[in-house]
Amino acid sequence: MSINQNANAGALPNFRNLGIVLRILVIVDGICLAAALLETSEPLPLMEALVEMSAQAQPILLLSLLLLAAFNDLLHRLSYRSAIVALVAIEFAVATAMFFLGHHLFNAAGTLERYWLFTLLTTGVLVGYFELRGRALSPALTEARLQALQARIRPHFLFNSINAVLSLMRQDPRRAEQVIEDLAEMFRVLMADNRQLAPFSQEIALAKQYLNIEQLRLGERLQVEWDIEGFPDDALVPPLVLQPLLENAVYHGIEPRVEAGVITIQLRCERDRVRVVLRNPYRPENDHHTGNHMALANIRERLALHFDAEASIKTSAAKGSYEVHIVMPYITGRA
Amino acid sequence: MSDGQALRVLVVDDEAPARNRLRDLLGDCALKLPLEIVGEAENGRRALDLLQERKADVVLLDIRMPEIDGIEVAQHLQKLEHPPAVIFTTAYDAYALKAFEVHAIDYLLKPIRVARLLDALSRARAMAPLGADVLNEIRRDGRSHLSVNERGRIHLIPLAEVLFLKAELKYVTVRTAEREFLLEESLAKLEQEFLGRFVRIHRNCLVAKDAIRGFERGAVVDADGEGEGGWAVVLNHVNEKLPVSRRQQHIVREFGRIL
Repeated sequence: MSINQNANAGALPNFRNLGIVLRILVIVDGICLAAALLETSEPLPLMEALVEMSAQAQPILLLSLLLLAAFNDLLHRLSYRSAIVALVAIEFAVATAMFFLGHHLFNAAGTLERYWLFTLLTTGVLVGYFELRGRALSPALTEARLQALQARIRPHFLFNSINAVLSLMRQDPRRAEQVIEDLAEMFRVLMADNRQLAPFSQEIALAKQYLNIEQLRLGERLQVEWDIEGFPDDALVPPLVLQPLLENAVYHGIEPRVEAGVITIQLRCERDRVRVVLRNPYRPENDHHTGNHMALANIRERLALHFDAEASIKTSAAKGSYEVHIVMPYITGRA
Repeated sequence: MSDGQALRVLVVDDEAPARNRLRDLLGDCALKLPLEIVGEAENGRRALDLLQERKADVVLLDIRMPEIDGIEVAQHLQKLEHPPAVIFTTAYDAYALKAFEVHAIDYLLKPIRVARLLDALSRARAMAPLGADVLNEIRRDGRSHLSVNERGRIHLIPLAEVLFLKAELKYVTVRTAEREFLLEESLAKLEQEFLGRFVRIHRNCLVAKDAIRGFERGAVVDADGEGEGGWAVVLNHVNEKLPVSRRQQHIVREFGRIL
């Protein structure tokens, strides 16, 4: 699944995404409420109108969602134009089927034309909404990529690292070579087109290269514990999630301390969920540099772009430690 | 500090590679300018200790260091009888750099070039001492320690240990649980610098909010007869009680810890 599917303008949303499904439910029920309000605003008749409206709309809505989730992959293989035609056809079929079913079973009121009109209007509103949303979010992607260089790598880190390499040149040229290689590889990833999901193994490699460089500067003060036993290598994630968070952990957690501090990285896979927990020591009174929350905001935005409501990122600070907690769906490259 | 002698340099940086690099560069400079590295320190406290033992003409001082940062170290240094010249070093700190430009304070950007270092060192002897006010202005937040010069030694008092500050004639008395220190600074400026940490209970007294156990009525009368029948602050850790002036009575209500 690539981000282009739900982020670029002119593409249908992913109907299997919980967030998308919720948005559709809310919008359709909103339309029903608006329609009921047009008839009356007295509480009791309003309730009746709403119940009647729901009795007609909900079956269409739920069946549509089921069918769209089932045909999701098929719809995405079509061009946007054909996908829209297919979508409208599905909706007409659903509306017609529900009309006759309702008439047969419950002697429901309303005409077929009314069902069609309602379905067509609602479908139009939803398609328009998702297209606008896609348009609104896609410049954010380019922006996020531009920000990547600025927010991702603090100039502070870059210049200190170059300084550290220079210090190695005379005494330990071999180590200096190694560090420059690490730096080069880091920047290759940072400057790549990072819109596609990438395997977690790439994230881990990048994080290790980054931590190697920091280790050179901070020596004993930086201690890292990896807890990734049994984590699947093929899990796909938005790139550059781990490294910027580790950079925060070093900047706010380790550098302000005279004594050594431990950063823990915990990766867990629970059936269909991937859980990432980063922990670092933190004492606000030591941290003179109130950080901009750019890295965190940037990651939150990209998680939302890729996974909508199915991913979350939370932070908490307590008892001298700071924790970032990320949950996202477990996705692999195999379809 | 005479021109004939080798320039005595102290290197202060929390990162070992950065100190190594400076040592290499100073070695290069030594070919053109007689100099001697009198020591290396990995944090501000160590730097201040070293300077008690040996004299230095110039301190190369990293800005971002844990606990006591470079700018604060420079502030404490000014309490020495013959403060060394300070050249700040930094990889990146947009805020400080702007302030340095404004106040014409010398700094070196890491990675440092040998020519720039040589240039700064040759001017160091003639450098004007850093003003305490200027350094205060550059800092965005208050110092983490207060410092007093006692018989030629700089004594650092962690701010968290300060119970109250009391103005007395020329000095401000700094009270910790263990003892008192005399500080040559103004109470008004201290109040500004540590806004939020202390509360003014009297024209001449700031009390650390964390140190207040509660308030008690009566008992304490100050020199002006104020506080008679009024409130007094009862402190944690020490038995002293401090009168709250009539004008500051409102803080009793704000704290609400009446004993």
